[in-house]
Amino acid sequence: MSRVQRLHTPLTEEDVRDLRAGDRVLLAGVVYGARDAAHQRLVAALAEGQELPIPLKNQVIYYVGPAPTRPGEVIGPAGPTTAMRMDPYTPQLLARGLRGMIGKGKRSPEVRAAMMARGAVYFVAVGGAAALLAERIRRAEVVAYADLGTEAIRLLELEDFPAVVGNDVYGGDLFEAGREAYRSSVAVSPPGRAPGEAPGA
Amino acid sequence: MRTLELQHVTQEVRRLVQSINVHTAEPTMARLVQILEREPSPSGREAMRQIVANRQIASARQVPMCQDTGMVVVFAEVGQDLRLSGGSLRDAVAAGVREGYAEGYLRNSVVEEPLFERRNTGDNTPPVIHVDLVPGDRLRLVVAAKGFGAENMSWAKVLRPAEGVEGVKREVVRCVEEAGPNACPPVVVGVGLGGTLEVAALLAKKAVVRPMGSRNPDSRYAALELELLDLVNATGIGPQGWGGANTAMDVRIEHYPTHIAAIPLAVNLDCHLCRHAEAIL
Repeated sequence: MSRVQRLHTPLTEEDVRDLRAGDRVLLAGVVYGARDAAHQRLVAALAEGQELPIPLKNQVIYYVGPAPTRPGEVIGPAGPTTAMRMDPYTPQLLARGLRGMIGKGKRSPEVRAAMMARGAVYFVAVGGAAALLAERIRRAEVVAYADLGTEAIRLLELEDFPAVVGNDVYGGDLFEAGREAYRSSVAVSPPGRAPGEAPGA
Repeated sequence: MRTLELQHVTQEVRRLVQSINVHTAEPTMARLVQILEREPSPSGREAMRQIVANRQIASARQVPMCQDTGMVVVFAEVGQDLRLSGGSLRDAVAAGVREGYAEGYLRNSVVEEPLFERRNTGDNTPPVIHVDLVPGDRLRLVVAAKGFGAENMSWAKVLRPAEGVEGVKREVVRCVEEAGPNACPPVVVGVGLGGTLEVAALLAKKAVVRPMGSRNPDSRYAALELELLDLVNATGIGPQGWGGANTAMDVRIEHYPTHIAAIPLAVNLDCHLCRHAEAIL
């Protein structure tokens, strides 16, 4: 993590080709907040041939379900949620031009392959740093699926939003590389399972 | 016989659910700062800097540290010489959760049933309540806000006696490895050993809500806690899974007698937020 890059959305393919797993970035511009239920609806809409309520081409989706907004504030605490749960829906959104995602935790091999094929990048933000991250959101507005409450799709305008590149377009993975560098020999890794592999679900 | 009006329980729960979501207990902050200072990985340090700064912002601005303000878990130890007056204990605790989550602008994350409609109850009730009868005339409440990034990665199994201490070490490390970044490390690892399957799970939760750095009173288990902390930290997962030497803040074991045929084992993970506090009424 030697470089800190400033990026403004929407992101072009050249923007993301310049990024490597482990790079620190400060994100600015509009992203769309969406998590489980919104993804389910977006993919259902695609299956029925409907138009989507948000643009995807060159856009970034932030996996977030904020806490309630207090009077006078832009948004309640709004940190990243676990990206793995969005994996089943993600390749279809990448096929429609989605350029980036912000979340926490690892992505599936399928999503990583789709990101490489489509030229997309996955950013990770610090899970549980929701008060700090909410301060970097200048504008928040529900733009679709308002009935989903915290899971509605929100337009979020970011400024100096700190993140790290989790997966780049070249197959680089922050989690694997980071772990390899700091694993020490006393670790007991049982045979037959990949470290970090998610159980069952 | 001493009498406690249940409205005091409601008030206390209402206060605690807000406080644990906003403020950091001193031992937790000290441990986080220690990890920040010792972490050799630049990525890990960056994650720790944000984790520490986030707590300062949350506390100063009186906002929750995390948007997942958790499902509330309450351990209620009721003195058998105490009379609770003015309704039911469960209703009083639930009322405290309802009022506290509304008042504190905390997120409602509880659904009515786990499988079909999964409709949000809209007030973060019901909480999970574990009631125990104990000697005395006091009520001890331990209130936790459990985030599900870490709860999702928890695990239980009944081991065979032959698997022994090595089997326990293997499975605890495996659970933390499988959780990886998803449990929001540096985690607290609660280990429940003994009893029956459900007792092991309950013990693991009790271990999670013990004070930071507290050791099991049995020196053998205390030594195992520290050994497990080293083993978990040797995985290299690090803060947020970004690589580093601090995957866990603490490992705590609770144990109970068990059957000759088994080693019930549960591992309950808690994220770096450590949102729990106790009150004695």
